[in-house]
Amino acid sequence: MYMSNKEAHKQLIQLLDIKIKLSSGYSLPKIGKMPILSLSPNNWQKAASIAAKLNYRFVSMWAQDLNNIFELNIVLELHNSYLLLRALIDNNAPTIASFTPYFLAANLLERHTHDMFGINFSNHPDNRRWTRHLAWGADQFPLRKNFPVESLMTTPTPPDSNYPFTQIIGSGVCEVPVGPVHAGIIEPGHFRFQITGEDILKLEIRLGYTHKGIEKIAEGREVNSLIKLAGRVSGDSTAAHAWAACAALENAINLEIPNRALYIRAIICERERIANHLGDFASVCNDVAYTFAYYQLMRLKELWLRINAQIFGHRFMMDCIIPGGVTTDLNSENCQALHKQISDFKLELDELIVIFEAHFGLHNRIKTTGILTAEQAASLGVLGYVGRASGHKFDLRHDVAYPPYDKFKIHVPVFNTGDVLARLRVRFQEILVALDLIDQLLNTLPSGAIHTPWVAPNKVVEGIGLIEGWRGEIITFVRLGDDNLVERYFPRDPSWFSWQALEQLIQNNIVPEFPVCNKSINGSYSGVDL
Amino acid sequence: MLKTLLKIFKVGVVTEAYLPNKDAKLECIGDACKKIIDAKFAGSLAIRHVDAGSCNGCELEIHALNNPFYDIERFNIHFVASPRHADLLLVTGPVSRHMESALITTYAAMPNPKLVLAVGTCGACGGEFGCSYASSGKVANAIPVDGIIHGCPPTPLDLLQGILELLH
Repeated sequence: MYMSNKEAHKQLIQLLDIKIKLSSGYSLPKIGKMPILSLSPNNWQKAASIAAKLNYRFVSMWAQDLNNIFELNIVLELHNSYLLLRALIDNNAPTIASFTPYFLAANLLERHTHDMFGINFSNHPDNRRWTRHLAWGADQFPLRKNFPVESLMTTPTPPDSNYPFTQIIGSGVCEVPVGPVHAGIIEPGHFRFQITGEDILKLEIRLGYTHKGIEKIAEGREVNSLIKLAGRVSGDSTAAHAWAACAALENAINLEIPNRALYIRAIICERERIANHLGDFASVCNDVAYTFAYYQLMRLKELWLRINAQIFGHRFMMDCIIPGGVTTDLNSENCQALHKQISDFKLELDELIVIFEAHFGLHNRIKTTGILTAEQAASLGVLGYVGRASGHKFDLRHDVAYPPYDKFKIHVPVFNTGDVLARLRVRFQEILVALDLIDQLLNTLPSGAIHTPWVAPNKVVEGIGLIEGWRGEIITFVRLGDDNLVERYFPRDPSWFSWQALEQLIQNNIVPEFPVCNKSINGSYSGVDL
Repeated sequence: MLKTLLKIFKVGVVTEAYLPNKDAKLECIGDACKKIIDAKFAGSLAIRHVDAGSCNGCELEIHALNNPFYDIERFNIHFVASPRHADLLLVTGPVSRHMESALITTYAAMPNPKLVLAVGTCGACGGEFGCSYASSGKVANAIPVDGIIHGCPPTPLDLLQGILELLH
């Protein structure tokens, strides 16, 4: 349903009773095309309540320390139209209403913002620290300008052994701590189970173990250095995060990117999507001992990565997307090789899916396992393949198409069962869509430059980038100072929402189903820890 | 089941065998590893991996070591679930301060003799993340390190080469 920005947000603005200068309609300041609604902190709760009633989706939140005042930002979305809410908060007594009672999706982001800035979200239902373990104290806030980036700790940081996990008390209830070090080759995180026998009564997830201060060390970087950092927020999404950060920068100075560069960016991003979906499908099957699928798909993934290395110079195409365009061009030989691999893969996948769909043992384990209902998905604001397996069709490439996707018709597969099987099927369909898309991108590849030089703005600018990474919608905010260096960088990976979904969908499952449920979500740890 | 078997036979064995114009490098490195492992580790090298704060890129390449092309288990290298079963600790990432204790505890739980390899640019020198309030930088800042594998991320061949150089 298409609705212009004006139409989409008119109701919210009217209900908030805000006086906006009218000429032939209202006109709000913008970042790119995103209108900014500045509110007084007193109106924040009212805004949350009205937005929730109007069925807005919570998209992102971040704060800024603007020297003597904090600025809180929330992005909402309705009918494919985004809106940025802003409030200025007194930094001597930084308190503002929480959005969490109205939007569950705001939960972890508000706790993170508290840990990093010291902003108190009154009536937030959970006052426990999130990102902060013990590397800094309760009265310290790393993203405040007066907090030095160098460490204050000289001894090894103690483990966070006394974190108050919620417990279930009762006869026969056991508490099982898992992690941060896990049995397999995987990122670190803590999973605290409350169980009776094998039944999971409750799962609480605690992350923050790979917190590297990305937001803090982004400050003071020049743009190329920022993109290098962005590409390492979450290694498996290196291309998507780099593109989102570039898009934010380019949005900030209104830099037009050559079409050929945009097409190559999309080819890179779609190749990243396919590589991860192959690996995920393989790993989900491995977690239920279906090793035939694991080895066949990991074989295909290896072939895929080798072509990436051959054509783009890096198996994961890291550092290929830069401000202004891309680093590698494609000649006709490259295009032929890419086309050939796609047609080879289509044949392989056609054969394999018949085998997978007929396998009783696989289906027995993953059908009806780890169900995330459509209502749960909506209330948690989940995105990407997790949302699409539970009936939520939103895909930036289709619904808020950015170049070059605005030139193509993107098919978005949706399933409604919300179980592990659905999350596999969505990924498989997305692989097929992406294979076709790369073919089309190659067939219509425009001629021209692959890069345009960055133009230093020499003034304060802000930009927002929105990219459909393989996990879902990435929204990245960048602010540059008048010295052209980064003042603020906040990448919102879609995993912020899917981790919460995991806590919900695991209920009513047994402990041995946890690995496959976790893998079916495959949230990024470092993408959230920052 | 029939389709499964047919597919298996059709694909065949892709593990790269030693042929002059095939992946000779992989085979050479792998064979060399196997010889040392046979001699010094009674035919089995057990590796425990710990992510001390990586972006997950290195993990993807470590996973690839177990895919049918590299198949490192044929060189008698395998990954174990517990540090108590491990000969070698493979550490990825800069050491996030929130993982410091867990890394130290994991290292302490390994019985002697034990080896540590720091993986990737981050493991070697802190990478993009360096030292800060949140990161204590390279792995050697937290635990003793016996070798380094450079790369961002290091490829599966780089990883195998690194293991070989350590074993020499």
